[in-house]
Amino acid sequence: MAEGGGRIPIQLEVNGRPHTAEVEARRLLVHFIRDELRLTGTHVGCDTGSCGACTVILDGRAVKSCMLLAPQVDGCSLRTVEGLTREDGSLSPIQQAFHEAHALQCGYCTPGMLMSATYLLDRNGDPSDDEIRHAIQGNICRCTGYQNIMAAIRIAADRRGS
Amino acid sequence: MLLREVEYTRATSIDDALALLAGHDDARVLAGGQTLVNVLKLRIAAPARLVDITRVAELRGVRRLPDGGLDIGAATTYAEIAEAVDVWAIRALVAEVASIIADVQVRNRGTIGGNACLNLPTNHFPSVLVAVGARLVVTGRAGERVVPAEQFFQSPFTTAVRTGELLTRIEIPALPAGGGDAFVAMAAGKESQSIVHVAVALRVGDAVEDARIAIGCVGPKPVRAIAVERALLGTQASPDDVSLAVQGLGDSLSPTTDVNATAAFKRHVAEVLVERAVLAAAERSRGERG
Repeated sequence: MAEGGGRIPIQLEVNGRPHTAEVEARRLLVHFIRDELRLTGTHVGCDTGSCGACTVILDGRAVKSCMLLAPQVDGCSLRTVEGLTREDGSLSPIQQAFHEAHALQCGYCTPGMLMSATYLLDRNGDPSDDEIRHAIQGNICRCTGYQNIMAAIRIAADRRGS
Repeated sequence: MLLREVEYTRATSIDDALALLAGHDDARVLAGGQTLVNVLKLRIAAPARLVDITRVAELRGVRRLPDGGLDIGAATTYAEIAEAVDVWAIRALVAEVASIIADVQVRNRGTIGGNACLNLPTNHFPSVLVAVGARLVVTGRAGERVVPAEQFFQSPFTTAVRTGELLTRIEIPALPAGGGDAFVAMAAGKESQSIVHVAVALRVGDAVEDARIAIGCVGPKPVRAIAVERALLGTQASPDDVSLAVQGLGDSLSPTTDVNATAAFKRHVAEVLVERAVLAAAERSRGERG
C-alpha cells in the first residue's frame, strides 16, 4: 500500500461504532479525533508525548494519540473518553469515583487520567498503590497533587472487587 | 501540530518493507513512533516516505532459539516483551528493562528495534544489548547479516543498518549457568530519562569468569568498561574487589554536559553506578549457582 501526499481512506471503530474517513498522512491521531471526529474530550496538553492528556485506548492498549499518525489506526478499534459513559448517559464507575473523590481541579488532564485508570482496572482489578502510581506515570496533573486521583482509582477498584 | 507533508506506506511483510524502502534514500521506517513522531514534529528529519512496519507479523513476537536463547522481532513492543513469560525465564534483564521504560502508553507502542536503531544515548536497550552480547539481524535485499551489538551501535540515529536495510530481529543469549545481570540507572525522575545508566552481565563460577559492562549516556554509543571487566576476572566480586576494580573508571570517560548534569557529575555517577550494578549482578549470580 502506498499513498502520496493525498488523502488516505481509513476504516475504524470509534467507541463501538464503525467509521470511515479520509486522512492526510501527516495528520496526528489526536487532531483527527478532535477536529474530524469532533470528540473533543481527548485533550492536547504537551504535544510531545509527555503529559498523557491525549490518552486513548487503541485495540485494547492505552496509547498517546499525539504520538500516532491517523492512517496508522486503519482497521483498529478506538476508545476515547466519550466511550466510557454508558448508553443512558450515566458515568462509568471510574468517572463516578473521580466525581466523588474530587479527583480533578481544572480537569485538563482528566480524560487521559480516566483512560489510563480504565486501562489499569481492565487488566488488574485489585491494584496496589504502587501499581496505581506506575499506571498513571504517563499522565501529568499540575493541580491536584495526585492524592485524590489515587483515592478515586482506589474507590473504583474496591467497588469492582465488592 | 502540523507535520511536513509525507507519504505513508504500510508494509505487509519484510519483503514488502524492503521493496518500499528500495530506491528511496529519504524513506524512514516507522515502528512504534514514540521518538520518530516527535522528530517529525520538530522537523529534525523530514523523510519523504514513511514505511510503517507495525503490522508485519514476522517482525513481532518472542521465540525461543534452538540454542536456548531468545529471538525477539524488531517491532515487538516493550509491553509485549515485559509480558512475555519466555523473556523472564530466559533473560529476565531484558523484560525488567522493558517494563521500566518511560510509561505505560509509551511501552504499549515503543519497540525494541526502534530503541536500538535510534540509538539515542539515553535509550536503555543499546547498553543492555551490548552487556548481554546480543546479535542483531539486519535484512536487506541481498539477505540477512548478523551484527554483534558492539558493532551495531555507532552514534545517535546511526547504526549498522544501511540505507534500504531493516533491523528484523534481535538474538539474545540465555542467561548462562552462574550468570547474573543488572541494570542500574540514575534518572531525572523515577523511570524517567537516564542521566547515566549501566548494564552488567557477569558469569561467576568459583570466581568471576566473564564480565561485560556497558555504560549509557556517556558517549555517542554504549561504552564498555573494559578495564573494570578485566579487574573483576578471577575475583569473588566482593564489595572490596568491586570497589578496587572501579577506581579510575570515571576519569577514563568523556561524557558531555547537558541540561541534566555536568560532565564531571556523570563521570562520578558512572563509577558509582557501575559499582552498584556489578554488586547487584554478583548477588544475582549466587542464585544461579548450584
